[in-house]
Amino acid sequence: MKNTQVAIIGAGPAGLAAAIEIASAGGKVTLFDENQKPGGQLFKQIHKFFGSREHKAGTRGFRIAEKLLQDTEELGVEVLLDSPVYNVFDNFTVGYINSNKEQALQAEKIILATGASENALAFPGGTLPGVMGAGAAQTMINVNRVLPGKEIIMIGSGNVGLIVSYQLMQAGADVVALVEAASGIGGYGVHAGKIRRAGVPLYTSHTVKDVVGENCVEEAVIVELDENWQQIEGTEKHIKADTICVSVGLNPLTELARLVGCDFTFIPALGGHVPEHDKNMETTVKGFYVAGDISGVEEASSAMEEGRLAGIACAESLGLYDNQKASELKQEVWTRLDTLRKGPFGQKRKDEKDKLIKLAEGGEQIG
Amino acid sequence: MRVKSHPILGEDYRSEFVDITVDGKKIKAMAGEPIAAALLAAGIKIFRNTPKTGQPRGIFCGIGRCTDCVMTVNGVPNVRTCVTPVEEGMVVETQIGHGRWGENK
Amino acid sequence: MGSGIKKTGVPSREELKNIPGVPSEARLEEGPVAFIECVQEIPCNPCEEACRFDAIEVGKPITNLPKLNEEKCTGCGMCVAACPGLAIFKLHKNYTAKTSIVEFPFEYHPCPQKDDNVRCVNREGQFVVEGKVIQVKSPKKFDATVLLTVEIPREYLLEVRSIERKRCK
Ligand SMILES: Cc1cc2nc3c(=O)[nH]c(=O)nc-3n(C[C@H](O)[C@H](O)[C@H](O)COP(=O)(O)OP(=O)(O)OC[C@H]3O[C@@H](n4cnc5c(N)ncnc54)[C@H](O)[C@@H]3O)c2cc1C
Ligand code: SF4
Ligand code: SF4
Ligand code: FES
Repeated sequence: MKNTQVAIIGAGPAGLAAAIEIASAGGKVTLFDENQKPGGQLFKQIHKFFGSREHKAGTRGFRIAEKLLQDTEELGVEVLLDSPVYNVFDNFTVGYINSNKEQALQAEKIILATGASENALAFPGGTLPGVMGAGAAQTMINVNRVLPGKEIIMIGSGNVGLIVSYQLMQAGADVVALVEAASGIGGYGVHAGKIRRAGVPLYTSHTVKDVVGENCVEEAVIVELDENWQQIEGTEKHIKADTICVSVGLNPLTELARLVGCDFTFIPALGGHVPEHDKNMETTVKGFYVAGDISGVEEASSAMEEGRLAGIACAESLGLYDNQKASELKQEVWTRLDTLRKGPFGQKRKDEKDKLIKLAEGGEQIG
Repeated sequence: MRVKSHPILGEDYRSEFVDITVDGKKIKAMAGEPIAAALLAAGIKIFRNTPKTGQPRGIFCGIGRCTDCVMTVNGVPNVRTCVTPVEEGMVVETQIGHGRWGENK
Repeated sequence: MGSGIKKTGVPSREELKNIPGVPSEARLEEGPVAFIECVQEIPCNPCEEACRFDAIEVGKPITNLPKLNEEKCTGCGMCVAACPGLAIFKLHKNYTAKTSIVEFPFEYHPCPQKDDNVRCVNREGQFVVEGKVIQVKSPKKFDATVLLTVEIPREYLLEVRSIERKRCK
């Protein structure tokens, strides 16, 4: 059987950052991704990132991805693309498919960095062609350079909904409505400000009542919601559109963590059921680490930092770093990570993350 | 509709095309792009009809998870078009229900 | 719908009055200056990094709101292009006896050219007044962000924040 020191599942920002840490410490890494191209969500992020210089603030997401790929290449990380991992075993075997064949690889440590997937939303007409996830639309315009439609309604005003709305207009479409069930905008005000200046009508306290069309989306009926989230009859508005993008949150892709038996906790603010992990990003199953959206949905910058943490911790436990060196390196990452988890948007995530860490560390004592 | 010129990504300089056939009609696709992208670029939004009620479906998740976008490709049913790249001469068919092996081979 | 950034994506008059990034009326009279409409504490500081004159302070933690030192600000405009939130504008009130200029980032196609007459919009994207493009800047280091400088009648200085984006079709 093929073998490696650390197998990383998922080549998004978290997986790539982890791979770079381990390879720079002299470890042997194998990185898996089911896609034809590494980078995860990063290649469709064509906007400039927030943060500070050490988080690469002001740099567009896809450029950060290009840099990560260049680093992994230079460090000689083995990247297996088009290789979905379908199982991981607690003896550290990775089961994956490559060239239509089931294959296996033996590792000493495993990092799960599988990211998140978009939540669905049920509404009448919600299965008509033309209704799609905001992420699907974002891939179409920014990676494949194909517009899924010309007149678009975005449902959900979190950062993904706001950013994808902006990017749809950059690609040449019109966003004819931004519909949000809550009474306020979910994402950053500055992202919302961009699309307001471009004239996108905002409907807070509204939801989609119906989407109609013969074979594809032709029109949406939106309706106002009262304080109890009940539709207010008589407030319906008909809006012509050929595409409805749904952006109502993400949930961690945790199947593999379940298969291997990690303990989970339900934390809505982090996207739902998330594997408990300690300050090293190690789960309750020794030798299995998590990083990025799988361990709680945040953003690309924090995913990279978590990847680095998991990478350094793996390198340490493989003896590639002594304890002191490792704890110095980890401290640097924690400082940057804490910086990202401040303010009205970040503090809540920080509190929930701390909870997750406490659970895992408490669990260790009992076990 | 293709995004030829983009304020951030610049001009699209890709020039390698392949020909694929969709329900008997030839369309040009960009080499290496997913089938679903080629279809949307050609204005095709309906990828299949559901088994029981025959309702139309198109792309939804775009990352190979929901299976809404499956079609019959080179005679093989249930191919996820959002993650399967086009190839020269590929034959793509709107899938009716569960599809049948080899129906378009 | 209520008002303010959280409800509408548009900072209210009150919010703009209370943040440290907005210059005083006296300073607006004196010459070009940055006008920083960043009202939420998000983890971000490229504006501070971009300013060679030390006129913007975010400090630590980086969730602090950017504070403009209006005496130090030369109105060079570097921060306008650096802000990932596209939340900074450069205003020059007394550009001529009757007109002002507003400089802002623009990332759409088609992009107007120098001397074009353009339809200027406010923070809600509503048409306010016609203006004239007097400069289009897009050096490589802006990484595809274009800075447009538009001349407008002076009374609209605090309203105009962009130009109409050409609709599809
Ligand atoms: C649609 C969408 C838009 C987003 N927009 C933004 C944004 O604008 N800005 C921002 O900061 N954050 C955004 N995010 C949030 C996200 O947290 C980060 O962008 C970041 O990509 C998370 O990094 P990651 O490495 O954890 O996951 P991902 O980037 O999702 O990478 C995970 C990778 O793992 C692969 N994978 C999953 N399962 C398997 C398996 N079993 N076998 C093999 N490979 C597998 C996936 O194909 C993927 O390539 C967005 C997320 C989504 C889903
Ligand atoms: S306009 Fe120039 S001097 Fe003024 S704050 Fe911005 S970068 Fe600094
Ligand atoms: S760069 Fe822009 S968004 Fe970031 S802190 Fe400065 S003004 Fe606010
Ligand atoms: S669109 Fe979901 S699998 Fe293709």
